[in-house]
Amino acid sequence: MNGIKKYLRRAKSFSLSAIERAGNSPKITLLATVLACLVVSLFEKHIQTYWLYVSYDIGVNIILAVSLNLINGYTGQFSLGHAGFMAVGAYTAAVITNQFSSFSPVLAAVVFPLALVAGGLLAAVAGLIVGIPTLRLRGDYLAILTLGFGEIIVVVLQNMDAVGGARGYQVFHGWTNLFWAFGIAAVAIYMIVALVHSTYGRGFIVVQDDEIAAAAVGINPVKYKVTAFVIGAFFAGIAGGLYAHSKQYLAPDGFGYMKSIEIVVMVILGGMSNTPGVVLAAILLTLLPEGLRSLQDVERVPGIATEYPLSWIGNTRMIIYSLLLVVLMLTRPQGLFTIKK
Amino acid sequence: MTEFLQQLINGLAFGSILALIALGYTMVYGILRFINFAHGDVFMIGAFAGYYLTPRVAAFLPTPSIWSALVVMAGSMAICAALGILIERFAYRPLRQSPKLAALITSIGISLFLEYGGQNVFGAAPKPFPKLIPQYSVGAGGLSVTSNQIIVLAVTVALLVILRFIVLKTKTGMAMRALSFNPEGAALMGVNINVIISFTFGLGSALAAAAGILFAVLYPAVDPLMGIMPGLKAFCAAVLGGIGNLPGAALGGLIIGTVETFVAAYISSTYRNAIAFAVLILILLIKPSGLLGKKDIEKV
Repeated sequence: MNGIKKYLRRAKSFSLSAIERAGNSPKITLLATVLACLVVSLFEKHIQTYWLYVSYDIGVNIILAVSLNLINGYTGQFSLGHAGFMAVGAYTAAVITNQFSSFSPVLAAVVFPLALVAGGLLAAVAGLIVGIPTLRLRGDYLAILTLGFGEIIVVVLQNMDAVGGARGYQVFHGWTNLFWAFGIAAVAIYMIVALVHSTYGRGFIVVQDDEIAAAAVGINPVKYKVTAFVIGAFFAGIAGGLYAHSKQYLAPDGFGYMKSIEIVVMVILGGMSNTPGVVLAAILLTLLPEGLRSLQDVERVPGIATEYPLSWIGNTRMIIYSLLLVVLMLTRPQGLFTIKK
Repeated sequence: MTEFLQQLINGLAFGSILALIALGYTMVYGILRFINFAHGDVFMIGAFAGYYLTPRVAAFLPTPSIWSALVVMAGSMAICAALGILIERFAYRPLRQSPKLAALITSIGISLFLEYGGQNVFGAAPKPFPKLIPQYSVGAGGLSVTSNQIIVLAVTVALLVILRFIVLKTKTGMAMRALSFNPEGAALMGVNINVIISFTFGLGSALAAAAGILFAVLYPAVDPLMGIMPGLKAFCAAVLGGIGNLPGAALGGLIIGTVETFVAAYISSTYRNAIAFAVLILILLIKPSGLLGKKDIEKV
């Protein structure tokens, strides 16, 4: 008995020190994570296609949630138009890669990241345009304004015949793989956490806490707010590019208000300005509807003799999802993974 | 000129529906300071209540007629008022002391619940709305006004007058205003906060139900997702007029409805859904607190 306890204690202290070490040398951890992604992505052929695509969704949603967390969580703004930035990135990257019909995977490895970055940059420009009104607006007014920008982007895309308009846009190359999806997710997490924990980045948190106090000690709240929008939009654009090259089909409607809400829910459920929580929530909320969907095919509950098909769960999964959302918010309004202060 | 007047009437009819929805947003915001995202879906439930009530009312009242329309509208308003009060009681009241964002996400959850629940219960396909009011067309000099448009305008004006009376002349209305001015102070003066908040939700939801019926009379089809776009546009209208401000919401609704109709008629109908937001952004950039909103002075 004592031996087991001792062993457990040692295991605990070992795992704790591993986390600490990861925290002490984040760059090495990042490198190791990206390398691990690369290695795993080499074995992608052995993973079921369905779960592969679910994993891509998880990577994309992590990037979206973490980048929105910079705007809504750390900086304390309220953006409801994140999917709009994603749309800008998705269409930009797709238009660029569609210019190349077919060529060697080596060249693809060069073009794809460049297309992603281009999408991110254009999304960042959109973020700058949206961020400037933060000079004058706050709270709910800002929320509805960002929502409006997101919807306008959707309507503009619906009217752009060059990218298929409302019919949608075909993306030729399915270049997204585990390496890009999770490697970029790791980089996004690292960069945003490092940014917020840097001397400069403390300004975001100060702006969230008290704008007037921030201004009084010489921190320019407007500059920080616009910066948060630009960086958040940049990563959302990259996530959009990844999304485009995993789905291989883009429809403007898919980037509307519902998608933005989905990302906001991840951030709030994870706990505002709690990056690990937000990452967990992004994973959970991607898996939840898929898990409920998979119950559709279950014919009988294990251990119960009579046939009791669970297909009703699959058919009502979005109702269950929405009810869970309400119940979770009622029981843990501070977010799932936040310790109450 | 005829074309212009024609579009003006179309726009005012649509705008008055937006105004009715916007009033619900703005009343709840004025009292609880949070955005009730489920409001657009209460509007949808109102239209569906009308869809299911009409054949039942037709059993004992001649339909289409003014009387059956009034009964259906009253029934739908009562159903939605009850729904609004229930939503507030079970979803929002437990969160009153929590951060506003928690209540916001809950309202999004309720909104999704009503939409997906509606798709399961009513079916996802649009349904034709039964004829509720006899329809006439009045034409003069190339101008054609349907009786439905006149009815929409008349009902809206009547409801606005009633609302104004309730808010300004009754004791409950005074309590509502006190609550939005200072909740603690109102409670200390003996205002029963819970009752007043329930009443506000009921009132706002009843207005949304009326808007739902009018919308279905004007554009005779109902589907479970019909509340999303009018809801967002009405929310824009509420913010445009200065959120929390009742005349502002009505004004905002009329402006957005009219401008949208004009743009759809004269410029491009495919950009229709972007107009509400574009107008809102332009006005907010010039006047950040909305047209009739008070400027919040930030205190240190």
